[in-house]
Amino acid sequence: MEKELRLMKGNEAVAEAAIRAGVDGYFGYPITPQTEIIEYLMEANPAGTTGMIVLQAESEVAAINMVYGGAGCGKKVMTSSSSPGISLKQEGISYIAGAELPCLIVNVVRGGPGLGTIQPAQSDYFQSTKGGGHGDYHLIVLAPASVQEMADFVDLSFELAFKYRNPVMMLSDGAIGQMMEKVYLKPHKERSKTSPDWATTGKPTTRERNIITSLDLDSNRQELFNIKLLAKYDEIREKEVRFEEFQCEDAEYLLVAYGTSARVCQKSVQLAREQGIKAGLLRPITLFPFPTKRINELAGKVKGMLSVEMSAGQMIEDVLLSVNGKVPVYHFGRMGGIVTTPEEVVESLKSKFIGG
Amino acid sequence: MVEFSGIKEIIKPENLVYKKTNIMTENILSYCPGCGHGTAHRILAEIIDEEGLQSEAIGVSPVGCSVFLYYYLDIDWQEAAHGRAPAVATAIKRLFPEKFVFTYQGDGDLAAIGTAETIHACNRGENILIIFINNGIYGMTGGQMAPTTLPGMKSSTSPYGRDVKTMGYPLKMTDIVASLPGSYYVTRQSVHTPANVKKTKKAIRKAVNYQKLNKGTCLIEIVSNCPSGWKMTPVQSNKWMEENMFPYYPLGDLKTPEE
Amino acid sequence: MAKIRGSIVVNVERCKGCEVCMVSCPTGTIAMAKDVNGKGYNYAFPANPELCIGCANCAMVCPDGVITVYKTKI
Repeated sequence: MEKELRLMKGNEAVAEAAIRAGVDGYFGYPITPQTEIIEYLMEANPAGTTGMIVLQAESEVAAINMVYGGAGCGKKVMTSSSSPGISLKQEGISYIAGAELPCLIVNVVRGGPGLGTIQPAQSDYFQSTKGGGHGDYHLIVLAPASVQEMADFVDLSFELAFKYRNPVMMLSDGAIGQMMEKVYLKPHKERSKTSPDWATTGKPTTRERNIITSLDLDSNRQELFNIKLLAKYDEIREKEVRFEEFQCEDAEYLLVAYGTSARVCQKSVQLAREQGIKAGLLRPITLFPFPTKRINELAGKVKGMLSVEMSAGQMIEDVLLSVNGKVPVYHFGRMGGIVTTPEEVVESLKSKFIGG
Repeated sequence: MVEFSGIKEIIKPENLVYKKTNIMTENILSYCPGCGHGTAHRILAEIIDEEGLQSEAIGVSPVGCSVFLYYYLDIDWQEAAHGRAPAVATAIKRLFPEKFVFTYQGDGDLAAIGTAETIHACNRGENILIIFINNGIYGMTGGQMAPTTLPGMKSSTSPYGRDVKTMGYPLKMTDIVASLPGSYYVTRQSVHTPANVKKTKKAIRKAVNYQKLNKGTCLIEIVSNCPSGWKMTPVQSNKWMEENMFPYYPLGDLKTPEE
Repeated sequence: MAKIRGSIVVNVERCKGCEVCMVSCPTGTIAMAKDVNGKGYNYAFPANPELCIGCANCAMVCPDGVITVYKTKI
């Protein structure tokens, strides 16, 4: 079957891609700027075609616990929200990570803290990549930079989630969620009729009972479980790092940016080069695992790095750890829902590294 | 196995009238002596056995004393976060409409932290069974005030007795649920005497059948004891329950289907 | 007239000595042992086995599933 070309919002693309990816269930609660996801799904009414369940929960808390229940059945289930709603989901996300359940959580980030603003931001980086809820755990975090990637990452998220039995977060933002671009949609995939052998499906006489839980009061067993999780995260760091480079071959200054900021920085690289500054861009596609190794290699080749984020400077901490003191690293970014302009980035680069 | 038997000649397979069902595992229950949780578990297990539901049942256990319920019944289980069992069960049932899905929750879990999940699952008429153990106290954390603690009742966080002016009134969640259009069968029972055990078992069996018929949410409240939390012997606690809990939480059906 | 006779078997190690069975027994068959089991509980036992009518009241209220009941007509 041919791929289908459409003009869509990022939020709509996620919803359509979910139906086509054979997702079994979506559980959500409205919040700006991601409400189009549940609206699109309700309108599409996939229950009648693929059989996908779409349910508006009474809260983000209920929605993420529905995801827990569905994921515990071994089904492909997802939720979406925006920053304040994602904060509410953190309890459930921690339990999902602790019970090693696969699922997709889409965060269309808006500015904070608190109610903040409904405009785009990238200030949930810490929350997404460092845990977010309680306990030692990581999500796999994918950062789309286009409507196309918001669609494509649905499939990729479930592939990774089931491969590692780990929740995956798609960390988008209000700009990409709301903007319209052309998007190639993949053909429909059949929903899986089976569940993995660990799932709760009703206990046949042929196996022991399956228990989905994150609880173990035996300290030794709990520590062994923590060690098992760490080994999983190490394997993910080893095998699943994804990033993209623009004009890094001869770059003297490296911009590091993801999502909307990466789109801006592509233009900044071009503007800088027009002014004789050899800039390059590294765009992390996975924020966990972070492209630590590659950034460390590039730190041996460039004079300095600029972490460009629509936040007060969060990813810069991972860039600093990656660079490990080899070259200076600075942060530039706007907050409050303001999208950084390419010119501002070049000005910042110049003022921090070149003077004037 | 150490056993103490009565008259040996009568103990023959053909004379067997009662035996612990194999749906109950051999794990020793973590409950205090005389706690109604064990009895409630056992009759639930008996229904699962008698109705042939082992391969159909998916249970959702709560946070509270019965957090380890999944050690005791030999079926598939999901352990929910505190209060969220109805949301978890909602998704399980929506994705597996043919399975028998139930939650088992205490008063703190169902009537305090999980109030929203309980009310909304029931209001949507989710086709699940909710078993609600109300013993008027937080047992697992050591006897704190619950939403269902009686006026004047002492607990470690109402050491001078529950003052309704500052601590609020006991919440009759089962009455609230009965008022919702989505709920189908709502009843309040107990498990402290043989007659009450029989009634509760009958109620669970009804709820199982209603779920097969896609009738909507069934909620069975079991008013129960907490000998340790109430600081009484098990036998005293059952008597105290009859004298104090039942007047506030009267046993009987709150909502029965129009048949 | 046929007489109904019963007999119970107590799984001593599972018993927590809560006495709920004892008070639910209509014939006074059950008493609590002076000895304790491995967990230190005074377990239930058929102190007056000849009185048992096999009604299973004890087993029905036992929170720990300790009691097995047999019944026959003599």
